Amino acid sequence: MSSPKIWRQRIERYRLLGQKCKGCGKVYFPKRLVCPECGGRDFGEESMPETGKIVTYTTVYVGPKFMENDTPYVVAIIEFANGVRVTTQVVDVSPEEVSAGKEVKFVFRKLKDEGKTGVIVYGYKAQLV
Amino acid sequence: MVGIVGYGSYVPRYRIKVEDIANQWGRDPEVIKRGLMVNEKTVPGTDEDTITISVEAGRNALKRAGIDPRLIGSCYVGSESHPYAVKPSGTIVAEALGITPEVHVADFEFACKAGTEAMWVAYNEVKSGELQYALAIGTDTSQGAPGDALEYTASAGGTAYIFGKEKVVAEVVETFSYTSDTPDFWRREGAFYPRHAGRFTGEPAYFKHVYNAGVGILKKAKMKPEDFAYAVFHMPNGKFPQTIGKKLGFSKEQIEPGWVVPYMGNTYSGSSPTGLSATFDVSKPGDMVFIVSFGSGAGSDAFIFKVTERIDEVRNLAPKVREMLDNNKIYLDYGKYAKFREKIILNE
Repeated sequence: MSSPKIWRQRIERYRLLGQKCKGCGKVYFPKRLVCPECGGRDFGEESMPETGKIVTYTTVYVGPKFMENDTPYVVAIIEFANGVRVTTQVVDVSPEEVSAGKEVKFVFRKLKDEGKTGVIVYGYKAQLV
Repeated sequence: MVGIVGYGSYVPRYRIKVEDIANQWGRDPEVIKRGLMVNEKTVPGTDEDTITISVEAGRNALKRAGIDPRLIGSCYVGSESHPYAVKPSGTIVAEALGITPEVHVADFEFACKAGTEAMWVAYNEVKSGELQYALAIGTDTSQGAPGDALEYTASAGGTAYIFGKEKVVAEVVETFSYTSDTPDFWRREGAFYPRHAGRFTGEPAYFKHVYNAGVGILKKAKMKPEDFAYAVFHMPNGKFPQTIGKKLGFSKEQIEPGWVVPYMGNTYSGSSPTGLSATFDVSKPGDMVFIVSFGSGAGSDAFIFKVTERIDEVRNLAPKVREMLDNNKIYLDYGKYAKFREKIILNE
């Protein structure tokens, strides 16, 4: 991921900051230009809740280069109370402890780095409550 | 009234027991545990560093302060384990906490007292009337070389303090600092692990500076140890704070709530600030709290706080230090610990 792209997406990744359509009230994360529900283009910022529930998950045994020493790790689809779903890693847990329906809270973590001398990317991950 | 309006801590869930480290190096675990008065220490996850810990501590401080983060005019992160040599930790922390862009940001370094030095600057910015709120954080993912005495204690954690004039939780009554050029512990540019001067880190370094800062602030405030409900000292191990506390005239009971080192280890810049946070967790309105930090190199910052009635309103708004230390622990063996702390040389 290039530095400009990392920089452009930082607020959403750091703060889990989404948006709410002013036309129909639908909440989105990440942000969109046009509301798929009503076609509206007028949005207000909307923070996501601090917690959500695991909808489904998988265990990764062969990860990308920057995660190859952290396998096996869990990636889950998590749903907030507002209906928004996000996909992220569930940290500080062994795969057998994870199951659908468990509550998670969002935590601030390193997502990846570009080697020992490259930029470090930060953002949200999930942790069992 | 100027003081702390919000405080918050964070410690990682991972732990390693002192006996696992001692067994690895053929040392007697009971002798090490008795000598250091440390049972286990926190270990950062592979995706945790000074920045992530600072953000979590900052979020907890904001929960207790209940203020709009955009009103915070400065954000200072004190640490000796900033992930970047050049590029501030504070910009990422401030951005994640929603404080940017109209904010002064800087990273502080002064071995283990970078956090309390940041607190002093933040406090004075509010006191002078320059800023409405100022944020200071002390955090470390401490380094200790394999087999070195530091490996038994070097741990991870941090605490954030927001200073302000309204809705104060703990008023700053007095401050004092004591510094001299003393090379007791250091890490040269580019070196992975710090080095220290063995027993020289005790008398001419830790004890001299903490004692003089302690005596100095008591004299300045015209107060005695018995005027305080609690006292907190920098905790390089369990024994040093007990020894200096006794020498200054404080009892074990006064030190106990903030003496978190047996189950946390030494979080360097986060050590005494986290001890203070644990002390606020159990303080009552009107309690006087005494704290002296220590940073190698060397110096000590001292503060006297008076806890206000607001403590009862904010205490349960964020996780307490002892709760985080007691719950959700994940123990690592030495092999996993070595991997987590990047002590194993890998091919690029």
